[in-house]
Amino acid sequence: MSTLTALARAQAFERGRAAPIATVRHLHVHDRPLVLIPLAMAGEANAPLAAMAGTCAAEPTLLIVDQPRNRDQRFAFAESLASLVVSYVDSFAGVAESVTVDRGRDVRYRFVDAPQIWVPNTGGVDFLRLFGRSTRFRRTDGDHPVPPSVPLLGRWLTFFANSAEVPGSSLLLNAVQALALHWATGQSSAEDAHLAAQLAWIDPPEGMSGKAAALDAERGPAAGPLTHPDFDNQVLAPLMSLDQPDIGRLTIAVRDQLRPTWELMWRTLELLRALPIGARVGSRWDSDRDAYSAFVQQLADGSPPQPRRDGAVAAAARLQRLENAATRYAVQRAFDDPLVMAEYRLTGNAFAGEVILTKADRVDDSGKRPVLRPRIIVATTEAVRLDAGATLTSPARPSQKAKVISVTATPTGSDVLLELSGGMGRKLVAEPGTVPVVGERIVLTTLSETFRPGGAFPDPAETPWTHGGPPVPQGAPRVVQ
Amino acid sequence: MTAERAVLTRLLGPGPGKRHNARTIAALTGNPGCTRRAVLDAAGIDKPKLAQHIGFPGDFGQSRFALARGNAFEAMLKADCCALLLETLGYASMAPIRYDDLGEDADETLGARHARTRDLLAGTAETALIDHPLLTLDVAGQTVFLEPDLIALQVAGRLQVVEIKSFAIVDGQADSAKVSAAATQAAVYVLALRHLLSRLGVDEQMVSHDVVLVCPENFSLRPAAVVLDVRKQLSTLRRQLARLASVAEIVASLPPDLTFDLALPPAQLTAALTRIEARYAPECLSACELAAYCRHEAAGTTAALGRPVRDALGGIETVAEALALAAGTRTPSEQQTEAAALLRAAAVLRAEALAG
Repeated sequence: MSTLTALARAQAFERGRAAPIATVRHLHVHDRPLVLIPLAMAGEANAPLAAMAGTCAAEPTLLIVDQPRNRDQRFAFAESLASLVVSYVDSFAGVAESVTVDRGRDVRYRFVDAPQIWVPNTGGVDFLRLFGRSTRFRRTDGDHPVPPSVPLLGRWLTFFANSAEVPGSSLLLNAVQALALHWATGQSSAEDAHLAAQLAWIDPPEGMSGKAAALDAERGPAAGPLTHPDFDNQVLAPLMSLDQPDIGRLTIAVRDQLRPTWELMWRTLELLRALPIGARVGSRWDSDRDAYSAFVQQLADGSPPQPRRDGAVAAAARLQRLENAATRYAVQRAFDDPLVMAEYRLTGNAFAGEVILTKADRVDDSGKRPVLRPRIIVATTEAVRLDAGATLTSPARPSQKAKVISVTATPTGSDVLLELSGGMGRKLVAEPGTVPVVGERIVLTTLSETFRPGGAFPDPAETPWTHGGPPVPQGAPRVVQ
Repeated sequence: MTAERAVLTRLLGPGPGKRHNARTIAALTGNPGCTRRAVLDAAGIDKPKLAQHIGFPGDFGQSRFALARGNAFEAMLKADCCALLLETLGYASMAPIRYDDLGEDADETLGARHARTRDLLAGTAETALIDHPLLTLDVAGQTVFLEPDLIALQVAGRLQVVEIKSFAIVDGQADSAKVSAAATQAAVYVLALRHLLSRLGVDEQMVSHDVVLVCPENFSLRPAAVVLDVRKQLSTLRRQLARLASVAEIVASLPPDLTFDLALPPAQLTAALTRIEARYAPECLSACELAAYCRHEAAGTTAALGRPVRDALGGIETVAEALALAAGTRTPSEQQTEAAALLRAAAVLRAEALAG
């Protein structure tokens, strides 16, 4: 944890109310998200007990399984969840827009909007991943046939659970993490995992301190997917032990458990919507729309369900995509948000200062062609831990590079001499506004948004023996030599 | 030793004590600096009841459904002299294998059951399953009986710990927290078995560091056995057990009138608790029944916000102190200079970013 976030926690504790750790919203909040709160049966491997879902705060749909250990009921639940989720997800596969790719040489289409699912916590994400795993391989024929919507649901849930691993993706979000990205509470992160307690610090009831409200909230119902043992033992067990389960009373009991979390989920969305959106959130949502469009296409092409485990090549490629996404996300957050950038300033990877001298028309004619290379001096009072030759970027002019020529210590800090290149137009005279002017306050950082190309991976059929060799098709005998 | 025993008995008051089990020892090593837990566990004090009594009930109930499934899974494996268990372990084709169950938990028979465990383990070299062996372990200068919840598989004189757990392994993966808890518990049993063997004059390496975990596979109840190497957990456990300050030393320094007799009024018990130092961390909330009280007591310390927070704040003890250093209203001590400078810089940056 960074010192800045830790300090925010300390301040939150002192004030009795959560402290902001972001000045803008770093994720896309959909106008019509699907809120989904799954409840699982304790002890079972991913047996659904109930789910509350819907796209409108006033009209939650409650799905319930009165005998979670019964297979048929489990798939009946999957079918009703499928009709809800798949119809929501499909509703975005309508209008598409064209995007040029490969520097304008080609064009592809993506849908103008994509679905967004919200669950309360990471447990909810894990539940959906496992439920996806348990349904996507189900057969629609044979001994225990299921309706076609069940394996389809499994593939969609797997898609969402996989995208939740991509840093910066907003296709499947969980409330606890989304809130923790923007507010530090006065309790530990372990205690923050309880959505009601976390929200109590951020948005306590009128006249109550966050701390007192959080203590109260801890005694409330769990946000799932696991129910509270007391609820299991005192409410559920007696109702389920009957020969003929009393659906009416069961429904009321489960609804009472889910309803408070349902309200908290929509309150979370409200709080997040109230924050101004970060400048680069839109471009990440574009990537999400790309991913959604590609998956719709995959389904239409009739490709098989996602494998149980990735092959070596697919796993390596996926890992690299995740790493690139993580880097991009970290840089974009810092560029969007001065409070996130402050963390880099504290560790010496960025500094803020005032431009005290510029030579905007400096031309370097030592090479074949003269090039525009303005120089500026930035005076800063912050510690600069940079060497000559380092390349810096300013969030205000992300396409411009600033090379450190020298760092000179002064009585108040240091003067940094920088040479600028790029982002000033094609002429030998800089376009107006592209070179910082004297008196301007700028932030410079070693972070850069430069595109990182993907690595070259072999064809799966050429997987080297160090990585298990080419995958053997299922059912085919392995040749032993 | 007897003086120490007398003090511990006095701490407990009248009424039966609670025994250690692999879980409590695993938890003990999770927070070895906590004197309070070490003493209360050594004296066998019922922490859930104590917490309830002083108004800070813990949240350690177990769902009836989870228990039922766990029991059903275990019963299924052990039916017909462990037929399914042996099949899962890969001994199905062998001649009938001896199966000894050393029975359920009862205080009066502790000594007898331990003696019988010893006899069985020392006795034969034939293949056998020994269920619920009663083991002992030296914890903080005390020999404690372990609540047995394992099966020892004996093959040609070698012993292997078999643990039955009811969490699922899906596509070769399981909940990492549950697996690591199971591995630590298994390590406790391995250690206890090794102690027993070395007391019997047998090479302790005859107890394998590879333990077998038997869990349901995927979404069915079909059992699957996986082998876990617990060498890492074993060395951690040994180190932590050695580090546990000897309870005898702590007990000797306790005031002579101290007791946790649950018949006493809550205020008196709370006062007694404050006489033994605790080391609260948020992780305690999921591992110790007394955590809610300790959290209340630790309010205002940076440790209560979590270890990462405490470290990021430069190891400053209290929130108020950290904030004063950040605001520059307090002069840092010599050790605090560096942390104070960082906090000060952080406070300035935070204020600037939030104002702009």
